[in-house]
Amino acid sequence: MSAVRGLWQIFVNGLFESNPIFRLALSLCPALAVTSNVYNAFGMGMSVLFVITANNMAVSLTRKLINAKVRVPVYITSIATIVTVVQLVLEAYFPRLYQELGIYLALIVVFAIILARAEVFAAKNPIIPSMVDGLGMGAGFAGAMVLIGVIREVIGNGTILDIPLFGPNYAPALIMILPAGGFITIGLLIAFFNHLTEVRKQAREKLALQEGGETA
Amino acid sequence: METLNDNRLIVSASPHVRSQETVASIMWTVVAALIPAVLFSIWQFGVKAALVYAFCIGGAVGCEYAIQKLRGVEVTIDDGSAFLTGLLMAMCLPPGLPWFMCLFGAVMAIAVAKHTMGGLGYNVFNPAHVGRAALLASWPVAMTSWTTMPSVLDGVTSATPLGILKQQGFEQVVAVFGNSGNLLQAMFFGTRNGSIGETSTVLLLLGGLFLIYRGIINWHVPVSMIGTVGILAFFISGQGVTGALFHMMAGGLVIGAFFMATDMVTIPITVKGQVIFGVGAGLLVMLIRTVGGYPEGVCYSILLMNCVTPMIDRFVQPKRFGVGGERA
Repeated sequence: MSAVRGLWQIFVNGLFESNPIFRLALSLCPALAVTSNVYNAFGMGMSVLFVITANNMAVSLTRKLINAKVRVPVYITSIATIVTVVQLVLEAYFPRLYQELGIYLALIVVFAIILARAEVFAAKNPIIPSMVDGLGMGAGFAGAMVLIGVIREVIGNGTILDIPLFGPNYAPALIMILPAGGFITIGLLIAFFNHLTEVRKQAREKLALQEGGETA
Repeated sequence: METLNDNRLIVSASPHVRSQETVASIMWTVVAALIPAVLFSIWQFGVKAALVYAFCIGGAVGCEYAIQKLRGVEVTIDDGSAFLTGLLMAMCLPPGLPWFMCLFGAVMAIAVAKHTMGGLGYNVFNPAHVGRAALLASWPVAMTSWTTMPSVLDGVTSATPLGILKQQGFEQVVAVFGNSGNLLQAMFFGTRNGSIGETSTVLLLLGGLFLIYRGIINWHVPVSMIGTVGILAFFISGQGVTGALFHMMAGGLVIGAFFMATDMVTIPITVKGQVIFGVGAGLLVMLIRTVGGYPEGVCYSILLMNCVTPMIDRFVQPKRFGVGGERA
């Protein structure tokens, strides 16, 4: 039971406490560049979810075989291989997404979050926890991308997944689908997550203080 | 025991002499300086302008109230700073802008430009101009549609003079107004089209001079900024003195130079720095007007100079007495 709970902890950690975009502030480039609509944001999120999970498993499996001195080139090779797979699959089955993501799809190879999880987590842990970490981080990344995408597309285009929300008279605030709107959205969301973290920390300290008081 | 209650001997830490100036007194004085131009614009553009004023000011003050409540800090909507931001932003907008755009601009100005930086005194950029820039990026068409003004003033209804200049050249600007004397007269008194509060050069000048007289702003920024534009226009507009006067009175330059580029928070501290700020902003205005894609660039030029304000401050730091220098 505790093993499952440990895995759940690892998964949830990627969603909130160490959310790649809002807490770790890694991979902000795609968070700005491909979140102007929900479709692209979701597509990018899923691609990264797959790459990070598969790469964590590969790194974890080979962690005892790789000489520490050459580990980064090895990780990059492994990530590049998986990204190529993703690229080919998207090109074959989701040509629109492939077109719109463009260069950013190939750039997944150098997303900081993927290398970071390989280095920080997968290189030191067995395969199952590494996989769960990849899933959690990937889900946290995808969730954050979709959240940013929803905000930007709804305000900046008046649609969600290309479905008009407010009728034909709505004049969308173009700034939200421009880079400036991306920066503002991400900045405000990061501030919001920092605030949540602070509130939770204070609540926990208060709780610890109360428990300490009772035992004393 | 009597000596303990004696008020003549007070031991306290400095400062010992305090200015009577407060944030509220400064802000409301600036508002007062703008009132002639505001009244003129309501007369000129009618209810449409009054509505833009109402929504911008209401939005700014409401947003300030909501955010100060959220942040758990003291609510300071009566100090007039949010009121002034809303007022200045409204003066840079075209009359007849829809209400939700006014509110969006007000939220951008107060919430994003001011409070995310830490509130009054901490903002890097002029909030009113951030609001305007956000609106221009969001609704470029609405922000450049100039509703014709009612003819109460016997004024010239057309696109803005700078808009005509950009698209059809200086001859056409003159042609619209008849002759260059009429043009300059219209620019000076404000019987021309433009953003709500920027048309009447003479009333804005009066307001600006009032602020200089009261010691709230100094003359260095407005003079260096408008002067730079004038000198450049004299040489590159090809119209000599007429071109220089036209560029100095056109668009949002007068209101920008006197009321935005003198915002105490977002410009350099030293006089030397302020002159650099003014000259830089003037250069950028002429660069945007003559080479850039937009007809007017006062808003962007002031925001860009806001960016480099910390750097200017660093370069013109005065030497403290007794530090550095040669040994005697």
